[in-house]
Amino acid sequence: MRFKFSILRRVALVAALTVPAVAFTTAKIEAATPAKVQAVAIKGFAFTPQVVTVAPGTTVTWTNVDEDPHTVTANDKSFHSAALDTDDKFTFTFTKPGEYAYFCSLHPHMTGKIVVKAG
Amino acid sequence: MGNEPMTDDLDDGMSRRRLLGRCAGWAGAGALYTMTGGVASSISLDAALAAPKRAGGARPFTFLQISDTHIGFDKAANPNARGTAIEAVEKIKALADKPDLIIHTGDITHLSTDAQFDDAAQILSGLGAPVFYVPGEHDFLDEGQGKAFLARYGKGAHGTGWYSFDHDGVHFVALNNIANLKPGGMAHLGEEQLAWLKGDLAGQASSTPIVVFGHIPLWTVYEAWGWGTDDSAQALALLRRFGSVTVLNGHIHQVIQKVEGNVSFHSARSTAYPQPAPGAAPSPGPLKVPAEQLPSMLGIRTARFVRGGEPIALIDQAFA
Repeated sequence: MRFKFSILRRVALVAALTVPAVAFTTAKIEAATPAKVQAVAIKGFAFTPQVVTVAPGTTVTWTNVDEDPHTVTANDKSFHSAALDTDDKFTFTFTKPGEYAYFCSLHPHMTGKIVVKAG
Repeated sequence: MGNEPMTDDLDDGMSRRRLLGRCAGWAGAGALYTMTGGVASSISLDAALAAPKRAGGARPFTFLQISDTHIGFDKAANPNARGTAIEAVEKIKALADKPDLIIHTGDITHLSTDAQFDDAAQILSGLGAPVFYVPGEHDFLDEGQGKAFLARYGKGAHGTGWYSFDHDGVHFVALNNIANLKPGGMAHLGEEQLAWLKGDLAGQASSTPIVVFGHIPLWTVYEAWGWGTDDSAQALALLRRFGSVTVLNGHIHQVIQKVEGNVSFHSARSTAYPQPAPGAAPSPGPLKVPAEQLPSMLGIRTARFVRGGEPIALIDQAFA
């Protein structure tokens, strides 16, 4: 009897802790971030869009559609791609709010910025 | 430093008669540029080749510039860049006036892979003269940012691959302006390389002819496309006292020249694909032209040095 009660109490506790937490997280995501992915094209020796604002947790995917290779390199080197040949992609997930300036380390006149901002 | 860093030792296997025979078919396509008193003029290649060689002094010699072979490039602008690189090598081997040395002004490979470096080394191994290399940005694409290039060609070089050597009284300076580029900027030499250049040139008499070669132009051809070098003014200040300075580069896949006092700047054709004239297209990407037009936009360059005050004469030769 003691044993049975103990299990029941544990189940009740887990349910009480878990269910509201899940509901709360889901609601927050829906309110603040309609999209968790963002595409940036590397085309004609430019990043398009050049400046893009995303919510924390967004995964940005760059796709190089030029015939020349390019890179995605953070100005502060906090992230960087390998050389991207035609149709190659690079993804990076931005978790912390802030402004992330980047450029192409092969063609440094090509610059872009990811602004990470909570909604 | 030593006399011949960054070279391949190459065989010397072709008879002169064979060279002359091969040369006859294609020698008529170029123009000879001469620099006298800072003014550029141009005469036809046929006339230049017919002119008698000047007598006296040390022997004249020629050297050759090949650039932007982009081994591994196979896109629409030239699906067979490997083939046109081989064609360039064949043309060089067929030259009647055999070059003493060859400079490769970078973008040897398209993507810096080991396979592309291996293939390029094999294609360029038959040139018949020592080859001096500088890297282009396409040769620094490996994870090690140049380690692959420097492992092959950096022996005896400084920093990211700069060096100098002398040949028959001419001082050659090889620069790397494609490493550690800054956001929003153009090509860059950097303090360490500039300090080395200052020391290197300090030992040279002002009468010594200087040949500087690097990948990206040392003068600003077109800033919006990054076709220039941020800190080149500091390098040019060091070169100003010399009577004859010839600056050779690649990168922009077309012949463009500029003269500034005693310094003449020349960009060379690629053997792989052309690029648009500055500002003539939305971006500097590979220029697609009809297949029959492509050979006229690819080429190599011969430089003839004659002792006695004449500036170095350059002959740009297209494939057709």
